[in-house]
Amino acid sequence: MNKWLNPRSAFGITLIAVALLALPFVAAMGGQAWVRILNFAILYVFLALGLNIVVGFAGLLDLGYIAFYAVGAYTYALLASPHFGLHWPFWVILPIGAVVACFFGVILGSPTLKLRGDYLAIVTLGFGEIVRIFMNNLNAPINITNGAQGITLIDPVAIGDFKFSNTSQILGISLSGPQKYYYLLLALVILVIIINLRLQNSRVGRAWQAIREDEIAAKAVGIDTRNLKLLAFAMGASFGGVAGGVFSAMQGFVSPESFSLIESIMILAMVVLGGMGHIPGVILGAVLLSILPEALRYGVGPIQMAIFGKMLVDPESLRMLIFGLALVLVMRFKPAGLWPSPERKRELQDAGARNG
Amino acid sequence: MDIFFQQIINGLVQGSIYALVALGYTMVYGIMGLINFAHGEVVMIGTLVTITVAGSLIKAGMPVILAGMAGLTASVLVCMALGWGLERIAYRPLRNAPRLTPLITAIGMSIVLQNVAMIIWGRNYLTFPPLLPKVAFEFGGVNFTLVQVIIVVVSALTMGGLLFLVYRTKLGMAMRATAQNPAVASLMGVNINRVIAAAFIIGSALGALAGIMVGSYYEIAHYQMGFMLGLKAFTAAVLGGIGNLAGAMLGGVLLGLIEALGAGYIGDLTGGFLGSHYQDIFAFIVLIVVLMFKPSGLFGEKTGDRA
Amino acid sequence: MAELLLQANNVAKHFGGVKALRDVSLSIRQGEIYGLIGPNGAGKTTFFNCLTGLYIPDGGGFVFNGKPLLADAPHQAAERGIARTFQNIRLFANMTALENVMVGRHVRTNAGVLGAMLQSKATRAEEAAIRQRAMDLLHYVRIESRADDLAKNLSYGDQRRLEIARALATEPKLLCLDEPAAGMNHTETEELRELIDGIRQDGTTILLIEHDVKLVMGLCDRVAVLDYGALVIEDVPAVVQKDQRVIEAYLGA
Repeated sequence: MNKWLNPRSAFGITLIAVALLALPFVAAMGGQAWVRILNFAILYVFLALGLNIVVGFAGLLDLGYIAFYAVGAYTYALLASPHFGLHWPFWVILPIGAVVACFFGVILGSPTLKLRGDYLAIVTLGFGEIVRIFMNNLNAPINITNGAQGITLIDPVAIGDFKFSNTSQILGISLSGPQKYYYLLLALVILVIIINLRLQNSRVGRAWQAIREDEIAAKAVGIDTRNLKLLAFAMGASFGGVAGGVFSAMQGFVSPESFSLIESIMILAMVVLGGMGHIPGVILGAVLLSILPEALRYGVGPIQMAIFGKMLVDPESLRMLIFGLALVLVMRFKPAGLWPSPERKRELQDAGARNG
Repeated sequence: MDIFFQQIINGLVQGSIYALVALGYTMVYGIMGLINFAHGEVVMIGTLVTITVAGSLIKAGMPVILAGMAGLTASVLVCMALGWGLERIAYRPLRNAPRLTPLITAIGMSIVLQNVAMIIWGRNYLTFPPLLPKVAFEFGGVNFTLVQVIIVVVSALTMGGLLFLVYRTKLGMAMRATAQNPAVASLMGVNINRVIAAAFIIGSALGALAGIMVGSYYEIAHYQMGFMLGLKAFTAAVLGGIGNLAGAMLGGVLLGLIEALGAGYIGDLTGGFLGSHYQDIFAFIVLIVVLMFKPSGLFGEKTGDRA
Repeated sequence: MAELLLQANNVAKHFGGVKALRDVSLSIRQGEIYGLIGPNGAGKTTFFNCLTGLYIPDGGGFVFNGKPLLADAPHQAAERGIARTFQNIRLFANMTALENVMVGRHVRTNAGVLGAMLQSKATRAEEAAIRQRAMDLLHYVRIESRADDLAKNLSYGDQRRLEIARALATEPKLLCLDEPAAGMNHTETEELRELIDGIRQDGTTILLIEHDVKLVMGLCDRVAVLDYGALVIEDVPAVVQKDQRVIEAYLGA
């Protein structure tokens, strides 16, 4: 904590804080769409940090993480929309979503966490698909999820009469709906970052790392590996549940389409590409991978027009092609991720010190 | 009872296709511990190449049988080259990287191949040329077609050939040795790079065959078809015990049967509560249940044959 | 006679048709250094694995400190006070030496997720105590200067010491060392002997598997010999050394 008092760090932190606060206004100059892209970037940071607890800290390969996000999103949608005529306040539903997602995490985790790496991966993947298929089909005989059409008209986040969905004036500054959500998401994600940092340097965080390094040795020093894995799984699931709730409120609409396997894979890619287990790396990975496809969406078409004078290739597929290539290339040249934990650097320094 | 036997036939056909694709996953996994997520895309490209080659030759007036042979050859060659290229360019540089790195690369390659296919073949469903005559048989109230018979027979022959290759040839021995312990195998003079390349090439050739079967069976193809097929096939490989050849074959057939019977009977079983659109969840539910009781799959053992 | 700390009663374990342990019964007294020797494949490590819960014995069981040990519960063995090292060193390779020992404190500390999130006073105090105790233990095994190095970058001898420090962090009543002197030169073995003797002086009972017969005979109060999974003899070193069956077991192997 002492380094926070160091004037240089304090200056750096102030600078970052000011930049983060000003960002939605800068983005708004390019249109509200860019503010929404920012919001999704933060939401992905949230999800990636949740998955990082499972994959990065405890070393459990989860390919169905999106299922917990879906559970949170549908919990919110069902409790705050005309679908069942319920309109509970968001600060009641978010914790419920976290608990429900956590419950699903335990249900899935308790029988399967003894499986070794890749078997666990395919089981979690299967679970994710099961959840999605049920959401797609639970509209008959009793209409619970409204099937593929999804649930619409979901209540926005509101505190009293202050709604997050519309533009309002605060202290003479006009704030749009997306901008308000930006600040809400920013606050939430800062909370998640703090929780992640604190967990990592705690007794539990060390135990997770020990399990990841050598499960047998971890057992030998008295770590209850089964319970700790389940804890990581449940915590990751809860984070996913909260993120899903916010997503639901922000979008005003959920459908099974948002929770496909490719989303799970995307979040895993963010964690690994950024630098698994290293919080700043994971944040970087999430921001890059969520913004890159959007930036390409706006960039690919006009650039083709400028160079060739016509659309040679469908911009949508070109954008995903570049995205896929980016994944391959980063892994090729930065196998430990773009910003891996300092452990690797420390290792290099050690080697250097001994040689010099 | 007729429905039962009908679904058995359907399941057997679908299962043969799963088994062929599952072999591609399990060979690569057994030798290098990698889930080659892009394998489903290789199968898809196999189907689409056949459509282009055989379809245009038929249009040009070539006899169907010759066009079909040309399509088959082209598709197998393209897929083998693709498998070899994937290994050489994407995976080989990552042999000593952290465990999840090649997995992300595989996902990246899967996205790349899908979108390349979309650029080449477009977004729309394509019709697979009728390479085989539409002949249907009836036997004791159960209907089946020539295509179905050929799929099962060709799959069985191919798998027999693969088993021969792995258990009776020098290359096969090198593959099994590498699967057991790459370091020791290379000390014994096995060229690991060649063995791994061979696994990719053979797996991709099987994938191309599977791709043609899928095309003939469903008569349509699409750039996204590889994804779910690959997922199911991978599930089949895990079900049988990943890394185990016989396991992948039996896992594939079993999965096909479970799906077909499940889809046929789910309505009756749940009193109409769940309909046949739940077909896709059977694969995963069976998988989870099996792994709960047999954590390394039905036929997987830590010291078992892996190739 | 000192109190019994551990009793093994007819412990049996087989792998397929191979009988790795045949009804082994032995007893370890409070405060002694107890040696377990035998030719390669005699079942020493299998005995260790049964004792520390990694294997479930097929027959028999253990009584530790007056109460039976549960089979198949390695983390509970540590909690009861049994710590071990491994023949082929198992450290948390990408954690620092200090962190390795801090992990060893896990079973004697309590902070949970909530405490870590809220950074409560109790959690912070406990964390500081964990760190202090881990530093002390590194000092005790004399590798405190390597505290911030990754475990995998330590020399072989230091890795052995670190593994012992990590085991000691669990506050064991019984410390089980699996061939701690393997691969060590004469000086290192001498230093290890001093370390083990010191740990015993400080009140921890020690069970030692070792190939170095000289080290075992010089250090141990009592020695048991295993051969083909069966106990040959259990007695003071002077008697064991002269026993005809032991000589045969070693020469025969």
